[in-house]
Amino acid sequence: MRITQGTFSFLPELTDAQIRKQLEYSLANGWAVSIEYTDDPHPRNSYWEMFGMPMFDIRDAAGIMAEIASCRKIFPRHYIKVNAFDATRGRESLRLSFLVNRPPQEPGFALVREEGPGRAVRYTTRAYACDRPEGERY
Amino acid sequence: MNATVAEQKRAKTGSERYRAGVLKYAQMGYWQPDYVPAATDVLALFRITPQEGVEPEEAAAAVAGESSTATWTVVWTDRLTACERYRAKAYRVDPVPGSPGQYFAYIAYDLDLFEPGSIANLTASIIGNVFGFKPLKALRLEDMRFPSAYVKTFSGPPTGIVVERERLDKFGRPLLGATIKPKLGLSGRNYGRVVFEALKGGLDFTKDDENINSQPFMHWRDRFLFCMEAVNRAQAASGEVKGHYLNVTAGTLEDMYERAEFARDLGSVIVMIDLVIGYTAIQSMSRWARRNDMILHLHRAGHSTYTRQKSHGVSFRVISKWMRLAGVDHIHAGTVVGKLEGDPNSVQGFYNVLREPHNPVDLQRGVFFEQDWAGLHGVMPVASGGIHAGQMHQLLHYLGEDTILQFGGGTIGHPMGIAAGATANRVALEAMVLARNEGRDIWNEGPQILAAAARECAPLRAALDVWGEVTFNYASTDTPDFVPTPQVA
Repeated sequence: MRITQGTFSFLPELTDAQIRKQLEYSLANGWAVSIEYTDDPHPRNSYWEMFGMPMFDIRDAAGIMAEIASCRKIFPRHYIKVNAFDATRGRESLRLSFLVNRPPQEPGFALVREEGPGRAVRYTTRAYACDRPEGERY
Repeated sequence: MNATVAEQKRAKTGSERYRAGVLKYAQMGYWQPDYVPAATDVLALFRITPQEGVEPEEAAAAVAGESSTATWTVVWTDRLTACERYRAKAYRVDPVPGSPGQYFAYIAYDLDLFEPGSIANLTASIIGNVFGFKPLKALRLEDMRFPSAYVKTFSGPPTGIVVERERLDKFGRPLLGATIKPKLGLSGRNYGRVVFEALKGGLDFTKDDENINSQPFMHWRDRFLFCMEAVNRAQAASGEVKGHYLNVTAGTLEDMYERAEFARDLGSVIVMIDLVIGYTAIQSMSRWARRNDMILHLHRAGHSTYTRQKSHGVSFRVISKWMRLAGVDHIHAGTVVGKLEGDPNSVQGFYNVLREPHNPVDLQRGVFFEQDWAGLHGVMPVASGGIHAGQMHQLLHYLGEDTILQFGGGTIGHPMGIAAGATANRVALEAMVLARNEGRDIWNEGPQILAAAARECAPLRAALDVWGEVTFNYASTDTPDFVPTPQVA
């Protein structure tokens, strides 16, 4: 299975040249770019690990590309995403968020059903990889 | 202007004003060309078509009177009130460009005329008796301005665009949806199949149609149970948060609460209501959604009966403002390019009213008043009705990023199946956003961008082959009255 979180997951994996253009677009809009990684890609996992702080003061895509490369080097089998944050009043949230790395194999999720009264079912989404401890999952 | 006409437009004062009998509305004080609206006034702009022989100022005064304190004759009991304050004031009348016999009438209302936080109270005045008033052939409410003091009496959208995106973890692109078709007749089990295929294929949301409630072929509980199985299966298959707008519209508010609670208990992120349930029911459901962390989707069923014709009714930009106050998270607001009514400028005006923190005057898009939304969340506009993947560049160009593109037939009618239809739409969308961000001219290069993406994606190729040339080129009826004029730099 292929996890399709992020803005561009239905396209072929972005090349570094394509990633760089998205970074340039974000910087031109005045957004701050950050890098996050995880080996717990549950759809409701809001808090991936931060690979350093959001780069509020880096205005050059080359610097961010170097950070992405170093994150990939340390976490080659993790999910890595790049976020662009917009601090404008009324937004103060992400404007773009896309994957730049994923594990070679993605076993996906089991859907656990707990049958309840009246045919109601409580659903739990559980990543197969999360049976193993953090850091040993992919 | 002869002396009699001038006299009929001047407000009478003192005992002359309150002598028993009938006066012109202008004479009763509802036409005040010198009035400067206060920052706290509610303002309304009406398009009026007076009967022959009725002066436009008198017609405007009559609208002001009938939508505020007046009745057809003088009453002495006015003098027991601060009536000069409570009288609405028509303060400006302009001929409508290019439409002989029609006028724009600007009317100011004191804030005290309205109960805080009640669309029902607001509309009972503004679109109450006045719309049947005989001296007018036709009347249309074009726009309103609400002072911050009034806006702040409403809670607004329970979720709003930004928080919805954070909950769904979806940023940087329009969301994708589809309405399940056929809209009537599927059993719960078959209906859930369509939901599953569409979500698994790449959509973020699927949707009940406006008239899917609880019918013999599918009772509501059955629909909810099968749809939530489909939603959860698709979530596990994609690793994304997915949703299905469960329509909780019913005959009574009690039934609606029961259905909404069931949807919540099953883990749905969203419920849906129809505009026809009425303003008070909408506000009640908004409160419920806020208390229960639920996104609230509004389908504008019925609106075209009063929004479409330019001479009479209520503009959809006013409905948009009322619904932002009343507090919905999604509202259908037009597609420009699809099968349903929608002039590009008018539709962009609606979208701006729903989404922006502040609207400047924008006559070209039909926005007559500056409006500060005072921190009220934005509503996500939904584009639905006769759109397909081949129009992706136009949709992104006209509608921008904070919108939900709903392809019903354009998903379910795909020759390779529903999931393939969904994939085609998602690939087309992501390819177009990527290209736009890269600085490409999507308006002109759109077809080439889609063709390139289709080389990697057979479902998109099939979608473009079937629908690529389908357009709905009919003249719109609800168009702005002002065209851009060249400005001197």
